Amino acid sequence: MSSKKIYERPIITKNQSGFMNKFGSSSLVKPKVEIDGVLVKDLVDKWGSPLFVISEKQIRSNQRNALRIFKSRYPKVQFAWSYKTNYLKAVCAVFHSEGSWAEVVSEFEYQKARRLGIPGENIIFNGPDKSDSALLNAINENAKIHIDHFDELYKLIELTEETQKKANVAIRVNMDVGVYPKWDRFGFNYENGEAWQALKRIITSRNLKLIGLHTHIGTYMMSADAYKTATIKLVDLAKGLKNNYNLNLEYIDLGGGFASHNTLLGQYLPAEEVVPSIEQFADAISSGLFELSGSLDELPTLILETGRALIDDAGYLITKVLANKRLSTGKRAIIIDAGVNILFTSFWYKHKIHPANETGVHTEESAIYGPLCMNIDCIRESIVFPNVKKDDLLVIDYVGAYDMTQWMQFINMRPNVVMIMQDGTVELIRKSEDIDYIEQQEILPATLKNFK
Amino acid sequence: MKNFIVPDNIAISDSGFIFLPSTGETFTLNEMGKEIFKLLQAKKSLEEISSEIIKEYDIDEHTLERDIEDFILRLKSLNLVIQV
Repeated sequence: MSSKKIYERPIITKNQSGFMNKFGSSSLVKPKVEIDGVLVKDLVDKWGSPLFVISEKQIRSNQRNALRIFKSRYPKVQFAWSYKTNYLKAVCAVFHSEGSWAEVVSEFEYQKARRLGIPGENIIFNGPDKSDSALLNAINENAKIHIDHFDELYKLIELTEETQKKANVAIRVNMDVGVYPKWDRFGFNYENGEAWQALKRIITSRNLKLIGLHTHIGTYMMSADAYKTATIKLVDLAKGLKNNYNLNLEYIDLGGGFASHNTLLGQYLPAEEVVPSIEQFADAISSGLFELSGSLDELPTLILETGRALIDDAGYLITKVLANKRLSTGKRAIIIDAGVNILFTSFWYKHKIHPANETGVHTEESAIYGPLCMNIDCIRESIVFPNVKKDDLLVIDYVGAYDMTQWMQFINMRPNVVMIMQDGTVELIRKSEDIDYIEQQEILPATLKNFK
Repeated sequence: MKNFIVPDNIAISDSGFIFLPSTGETFTLNEMGKEIFKLLQAKKSLEEISSEIIKEYDIDEHTLERDIEDFILRLKSLNLVIQV
């Protein structure tokens, strides 16, 4: 046995005194050795790095919790899973098995929902881009079509007259809810009377059946009150329909946009401290719905298209340290094998990043860069992080929303995605890409084949 | 090999606390940092520092070389050593 002393890497820390450390205390960086009881190291040994990991247990718990919170405040609640947030089949299947409908914004997403066996009547078809064939299909399959603009409204009138079929429709309404930026590019405006005009036009058409009203006031909303304002404005339209046309709507759809616990880049305090809870969003919406009167039968169902808040914390990205280096300023840079092409949300979030094993107590201000040979590939400009060495594993939290849909194949392939099932087993739910997968869509013209 | 010296006006305490009189800044070193810093103050070359540490500590040459280089870069950026 060696009688030598134990070695520890030499470290110097500059002492800060007299003001708050703007990076927070180093104790914020806790090692994350396992995810749902599965060792991070074992996951990488089997599936490689980088690796996206999704927790089935967390999705179910988020969905059940949100449903319970809303149902305890309003009797009729239906969730519709926002496909664009994460449309991996396995993820959608978990939400559907919890009773969620599908909320889609393109023909591609519509097809994905149908292939998973979701009947048209349980699909909400949103968005400004619906081709004639997509609309016809949605009409035939009794999908709930949310009309975005007058051109689409008139196209639907035309298509239903040609085919003599009925279409189930709602309109998307945009409005001023006192937050910036105001989302007025989708749907019909409330304040200028456009929404009411659209509703009147639908009612006077023979083949369009008005079944709902929809709004989606923004994304990553930090104000619960905005939802109360939105609800009151939709309820006002619903009352107008009841009073003028004796029409009872089947549902009111408040969309999504609830913030998750990811901290935005410009945000000073951690998201946990400033983001409203689901309870606060639910209180705001249900208090707006109380303006409605009538028997339980006549009350519309409240539909929610919550995406981010239900999936963000169920996703993790495991990544490996490729190198440490010193920048010209003396600042440390850590290079990891996950780049912005797969962690798109690093453009607006300060993700929580953990080492996957115990580290020393010393921390240092560091930049974290991805592996791409591109200057934009910066995961974190500045983070106080413990010392890690080449081949150490890190875990990035809250990557369940948008990363697995907005990612792109750029320079590197997209990695494996696994799901840790409720029983603790691990299933591969999306295979990593290889060169054959990428090149199968490419065609090299014959005249370019034999270049010398 | 490049060598580095610590300016004479910089003092280090037994606990690894450094005071830089020109700016009033203070720094804390861990055990190994303190050891290397004291060897630098004693005007030892990087080779001498490296061999002294290898004699006493359980560490391979390459890792140590890498760590010392990184440490020196950091000390340089903090104006705690001067290259000679």
